[in-house]
Amino acid sequence: MNGAQDLGGQMGFGPLELEDNEPNFHAKWEERAFALTLAMGATGTWNIDSSRFARESLPPPVYLTSSYYKIWALGLEKLLIDNGLVSPEEIDAGKPLGPSQPLNRVLKVESVAATLQKGGPADRPETQPARFNPGDRVRTRRMNPEHHTRLPRYARDAVGTVETVHGVHVFPDTNARGLGEQPTWLYGIVFRGTDIWGPDSDPNLTLRLDLWEPYLDLA
Amino acid sequence: MPHHHDHEHSELSDIELRVRALETLLTEKGYIDPPALDALIETYETKVGPKNGAKVVAKAWADPDYRSRLMEDATAAIAELGFVGRQGEHMVAVENTSAAHNMVVCTLCSCYPWTVLGLPPVWYKSAPYRSRAVRDPRGVLAEFGVTLPEDMEIKVWDSTAEVRYLVVPERPQGTHGWSEEDLAELVTRDSMIGTGLACDPAKREDAA
Repeated sequence: MNGAQDLGGQMGFGPLELEDNEPNFHAKWEERAFALTLAMGATGTWNIDSSRFARESLPPPVYLTSSYYKIWALGLEKLLIDNGLVSPEEIDAGKPLGPSQPLNRVLKVESVAATLQKGGPADRPETQPARFNPGDRVRTRRMNPEHHTRLPRYARDAVGTVETVHGVHVFPDTNARGLGEQPTWLYGIVFRGTDIWGPDSDPNLTLRLDLWEPYLDLA
Repeated sequence: MPHHHDHEHSELSDIELRVRALETLLTEKGYIDPPALDALIETYETKVGPKNGAKVVAKAWADPDYRSRLMEDATAAIAELGFVGRQGEHMVAVENTSAAHNMVVCTLCSCYPWTVLGLPPVWYKSAPYRSRAVRDPRGVLAEFGVTLPEDMEIKVWDSTAEVRYLVVPERPQGTHGWSEEDLAELVTRDSMIGTGLACDPAKREDAA
């Protein structure tokens, strides 16, 4: 979706705020928001793509004025409500007002290390040949879906070259919507900076994005 | 110890209460095991961080066979050192040379190679970095105090999928024969994102 999260190429955000010896967390609640998000993710109620969509579909004024862990906390509330695990009234009350829903699993302390080590690989077995090969010139689709996608606006309807064939990966555009993983080929595509930003831009800039087959056509 | 301070001002109390209420609710619902939250936090506070990546880079500098394996299959080569798992499932190492500099961003969210770098700093997740890294990387690098030759290619990697990128900075001059442990001390987090360079050993000695 064309939400506030799609920041590539936007202007006016000012200089970076750098902090020496920055801690992982700037407050206790950030630690808890982080851990709650990971622990609830580990229940398997939703997937990483739907959690990204929950965050990016926050209203732009909220997204752009919230710290990153606040975005995580708000996204988590949304996921919990959308998946029927808690009600908005329970969020407001801070306590259960009705029965719990069964979960696939609860992340217990003894399985934290193994769960993190296992991770969540996104590669899947090949079921059909790749449509593109390294060196192929491809054009990204012009598209503006209201659902989750990983093709940023700045790289739509642009011509680049296939550099890498990564393999078959889960397709976020369907996985985020409960339409299944629909695994498809993932490619590393290189674009000339001037093909994205125009002739006045840095001639020695190249951009690389990992893009799925449905985003691409032969140029 | 890093200095903890609050950026949130008046927002803090509101979000602090909100997250605390959420944890209470989820605990009472039986959806979470609070000690598991502590273990998750402790993992990223004490076990997983940029020292992991520094070991990988130092080994690649010191051991040509390891460097080859890292460039061929970074996930497997990094796993040799025991760094595996979440947000490092599909690793790619990209090497800086005298002709090209690599820099990593996630314009759409905050994708970052946790297994080798830990959790991303605030600036990496912020709008100023995410918006400008893809369009004006030289301007961003200048804010980090890095100026590269005009004719050097800058390769910006936007982490749009589950592939995670580790930049292998150029090995500094004057480090011939150094041990992997000493080399690792020169490898900063920012140098592995591509917003910095490895430390210059001459300058380090001056500072010491």
